[in-house]
Amino acid sequence: MLLFFLSSGLFLGWSLGANDAANVFGTAVGTRMIRFRNAALISSLFVIVGAVVGGAGAAHTLGKLGAVSALGGAFMVALSAGFTVYFMTRASLPVSTSQAIVGAIIGWNLFTGSPTDPSALVKIVTTWVACPLLAAVFAMLFYTIFIRLLVRFPVHLLWEDTLLRWGLILVGAFGAYSLGANNIANVMGVFVPVAPFKTLSVGGLFSFTGTQQLFLLGGLAISVGIFTYSRRVMETVGGSLFKLTPQMALIVVLSQAVVLYLFSSQELSAWLIARGLPTIPLVPVSSSQAVIGAVLGLGILRGGRGIRFRVFGEIALGWVTTPVVACVISFIALFFLQNVFGIPVMQ
Amino acid sequence: MPSIFEGTRELTAKIDSFLDAISEGAIVFQEGIANYMSGDSERFGHSYSTIEALENRADELRRSIESQLYRYSLIPESRGDVLDLLETMDDVINTAKNTMSLFMVEGPKMVPELEQDWINLSQAAARTAEAVVLAARAFFRDPRSVNDHLHKVYFYEKESDTLAMDLKRKVFETELELARKIHLRYFALNVDRVSDAAEDVADRLSIYAIKRII
Repeated sequence: MLLFFLSSGLFLGWSLGANDAANVFGTAVGTRMIRFRNAALISSLFVIVGAVVGGAGAAHTLGKLGAVSALGGAFMVALSAGFTVYFMTRASLPVSTSQAIVGAIIGWNLFTGSPTDPSALVKIVTTWVACPLLAAVFAMLFYTIFIRLLVRFPVHLLWEDTLLRWGLILVGAFGAYSLGANNIANVMGVFVPVAPFKTLSVGGLFSFTGTQQLFLLGGLAISVGIFTYSRRVMETVGGSLFKLTPQMALIVVLSQAVVLYLFSSQELSAWLIARGLPTIPLVPVSSSQAVIGAVLGLGILRGGRGIRFRVFGEIALGWVTTPVVACVISFIALFFLQNVFGIPVMQ
Repeated sequence: MPSIFEGTRELTAKIDSFLDAISEGAIVFQEGIANYMSGDSERFGHSYSTIEALENRADELRRSIESQLYRYSLIPESRGDVLDLLETMDDVINTAKNTMSLFMVEGPKMVPELEQDWINLSQAAARTAEAVVLAARAFFRDPRSVNDHLHKVYFYEKESDTLAMDLKRKVFETELELARKIHLRYFALNVDRVSDAAEDVADRLSIYAIKRII
C-alpha cells in the first residue's frame, strides 16, 4: 500500500528525469560531445547522490508551506502536481514541477483548512523570479571569464575539444547533483512528514535517515526517467531548440548548476549564517527556467540580437498559472479521494 | 583516462606532421626549380622524389586525421572546417608536385637570361605556401593570430602574380618561336598556381578563424 501511495511521487520523479535531465546534458548529447549512455549514467548517479546528501534543505522549506499530514493526502498532492505538468505540457504551456507542487500543496492547505505560511510563500515566489535572473547574471559572468581566459591562454583546437568534453562531464555531474538536491523536494517533499521509514544505522558508521531513504527512492525514479525517456528530449534540446556551441553549453549548464546549488545548499546557508550574512532561501526552483535565463544572459552579452523577449512573459505567466491550476486540481482531487474513496487526506 | 589524452596528443602530432610536410614541400619545390634552372638534372630528380614522398605522406596523414576525427566524433562544431582546411592545404603540395612533374616530363628549354626570374617566381610561390602553413598552425593553436599571418600570404601571392606576369612578358619579348613562348608561359602559369592554391586556403582560413573566435 505504501508503494501505491508513493507511486504518484515516483511518477513525478520519472517525469523529472525524463525532462529535466536534458537541461544538464542535453546540449552535450545533442552536439555529440558526450554519448547518451555516459550522460545517462553520470546524471543518474549524481542526481541520486544530490537527492540523498543535499535534498533536505529545499524539502524543509516546502514542508513549511504546508505539512501534508496523511499518506493519502500526500499521494493526491503529488498526483495533482503530476497531472498539472502533464496537462500543461500537452497544452504547450510553460510549466515547472516546482511550481506545480507548490500549487498542489496550497490546494491541500485550502481543502483541509490548514494555514498557508505567507512568509514561506513569499520566499518561494521571490526565488522563482530570482532563479532565471540569477542564472542570466552567472552566465554572463562565467562566459566573460571563460573568453578572457581563452584569449590569455590560447589552447590547441583539439585540446580545447578534449578539455571541453571533460568540462561538460564535470559540470554535468555538478548540475545533476544540484538538480537532485534542489528538485527532490518536488518529487518526495510532500511525503517527508508521513513516510514511515525508520532511520537505519550502517555499521555504526553513519545513519541513513527515513527522509534519505525516501529521497533515494525518488532519486531512483528520476534515474529511470533519465534512462527510459530523456534521450529524445536531450537530442531535441541540443539539436534544435537552442543553437549553442559546446562552449556556451558548458557555461549554461554551469550557471544552472550553481543557481540550483545556491537554492539547495544547507552548507552554504550555515556558512553565511556563521558570518552574519543574509542567507539564500532553500527552495525548489525550475531547472528549465534557469537554463532559459542562462541562454538569455548569453544572448544579451552577445548584443541582444535574436532574443525572443516573449519568453520572459511566458515564464512570468507560468509563475501564476501553474500553481493556480495545480491548486484547483489538487483541491478537487482531494475532495474525491476523501468523499468518494473514503481515504483520509489529513490527520 | 590517459587513453583519451593520448588520442588528442597523437592527433595533434599528426596535424603538426601534416603541416610540416606541406611546409617542407614548399622548400623542396623552390630548391627543385633552382636545380632545374642550374641544369643539374640529378639534383632535380632528387628534389622531385622528395616532394613526391612528402605529398604521399601528407595524403596518408590527411586520411588518417579525417578518419580519426569522424570515428571519435571530435570537434563536432569545427570538424567540417578542419576537413576542408586539410583538403585545400593538400592541394598546395599537390600543385607543387604536379608542377615539378611537368618540368620532369616536358623538360622545357629555358632562356639563360630569365633563369633568375624563374627562381624569384618559385621563391615567392614557396613563401606564400610557407606563410599559409603558419596561418593554419595559428588556426589550431591561437585563432586570434591567424590574421597576422594571412596578410603575408596575400602579400607574397601578389608578388608571385607580378613576377609571373613580368616573366611571361619577358618570354614574349624574346625572339623564340611562338610554340616555345607558349610552352614557357604555361610553365610560368603552373609555378604561379602554387601561390594561388595557398591563397585559396588563406581565404577559407580567414572565415574559419572568425568562426572559432566567436
